[in-house]
Amino acid sequence: MKLKKNLMKKIVLGASLLMAGLLVLTGCGQSSSSSSSNNPSSVAAIKKRGTIKIAVFGDLPPYGWVNSQGKRVGYDVRLARQVAKDLGVKVKFVQVNANNRVDTLNANKADLVLANFTETPERKQVVDWAKPYMKVSVGVVSPKNKAITKVSQLNGKKVIVTKGTTAENYFTSKQKGVDLLKFDSKTQQFNAIKNGRGAALADDNSYLYAWVKKNPKYTVGIKHLGPNQFIAPAVKKGNKSLLNWTNKEINKLSKKGFFEKDYNQELKPYFGKEVKPTDIIINSK
Amino acid sequence: MEHSGISVLFQGRNFVRLLGGLWTSVWIAALALLFGLLLGALIGLARTSKNKLVRAIFRIYLEFFRIVPTVVLLFLFYYILPRQFGLNWPGSVMATIAFALWVSAEFSDIVRGALISVPKVQQESGLALGLSKWQLFIYVLLPQAFQLELPATINLATRVIKTTSLLMMISVMDLINVGQQIIEANNQSHPTAVFWIYGLIFLLYFIVDYPLSLWSKKVARRKQD
Repeated sequence: MKLKKNLMKKIVLGASLLMAGLLVLTGCGQSSSSSSSNNPSSVAAIKKRGTIKIAVFGDLPPYGWVNSQGKRVGYDVRLARQVAKDLGVKVKFVQVNANNRVDTLNANKADLVLANFTETPERKQVVDWAKPYMKVSVGVVSPKNKAITKVSQLNGKKVIVTKGTTAENYFTSKQKGVDLLKFDSKTQQFNAIKNGRGAALADDNSYLYAWVKKNPKYTVGIKHLGPNQFIAPAVKKGNKSLLNWTNKEINKLSKKGFFEKDYNQELKPYFGKEVKPTDIIINSK
Repeated sequence: MEHSGISVLFQGRNFVRLLGGLWTSVWIAALALLFGLLLGALIGLARTSKNKLVRAIFRIYLEFFRIVPTVVLLFLFYYILPRQFGLNWPGSVMATIAFALWVSAEFSDIVRGALISVPKVQQESGLALGLSKWQLFIYVLLPQAFQLELPATINLATRVIKTTSLLMMISVMDLINVGQQIIEANNQSHPTAVFWIYGLIFLLYFIVDYPLSLWSKKVARRKQD
């Protein structure tokens, strides 16, 4: 019995050690960067590291996506590469989806988010925004033969939206006379309008420009509805160093005409001639 | 609309990229299983201990990993722990650790069950032959328990491989994530590509998992004979 007890002790000890080891491994970074003064995403830290980690989308053409060669491309991605180049460091992309952009910054998984990230009051509480580089607003698409050009035409009619979008928000709070037909995904909402289930469809105008280009029977009758929304780079709350640098960088790139070039190369093929660069990009002085 | 979605599979490097995604899924699952099974075997042994406290601690460990959904575990390891501890490892490493702990919890229960079900007479015969405790464990208990637990272990392995599909939640470029990239990149020009991509993903998971499933069935049958 004594022998058995010893064996048990050894086993328990072994298991505990292994678990403790794993816990230590998960906790070992604690001492290195827990204090806030030691900002792991400051400009100096990024330069020392030699790489900047930038969060981008991997599945949202034409902003951030991956082409058939496996290369990351898009409007945001081109900006990301330029930012890294001007910092004099390599770029490392962290792919995010809409829901984990804030967590990615807060957990120091990325230094900067360039993922079609729209400024909202709620998000302002949890991240810091640099100067915007794009603007979007709600647009309304409708069949060309029954084009809707004014919001008043929509009273009492069915409008198709995707849940959780700014378009849904806008119509729920500002246009109460409109019947909303809500869907879960972009694919579903576009199928719904094709099947004639609503008089019009509302979404970010930039998506709609891209969509009508492939579906010429439809038109973006209302291009801007409600206030403009701004898309800007975001850094972790309190990261002054990178925030200031990014603001200067946006100014510099605006002056150089970078965003216009970026627009022409990445967005124009998707949006077509109906849209002018000035509908989308911001040239801050 | 006349383009067939299947052409998307072979455009550029798409097919190679999907295989690359599969490789990521497989190596994370394999490493997690390796570490998880080792740790799980030890915990399983500890759970046959006479000490109530030891049994209780590892019981709680098992229940924790069994009850908490894997998605939550991955979020905990990728977003929350790093924020608390300032640790910054790539998603693939954190995923391997999270999966390994989960596997060890599940496997500990399998091991415990197998050890308990080795007939008592076997132990007593071993002792009567003059084997030491370690010898008894290595030559008598372990081989028989191994036979008993093999089908359940293989089953666990197939589950781990399938669960790697959650890795896209934490920015790991697994098979599903690469598939999603390809689908969205071609959504406008090839709306039907989604069926082909998911079809291929289904096939790839099947190719990896089905042999394991067959093996487990064979082992189970052999045991009955």
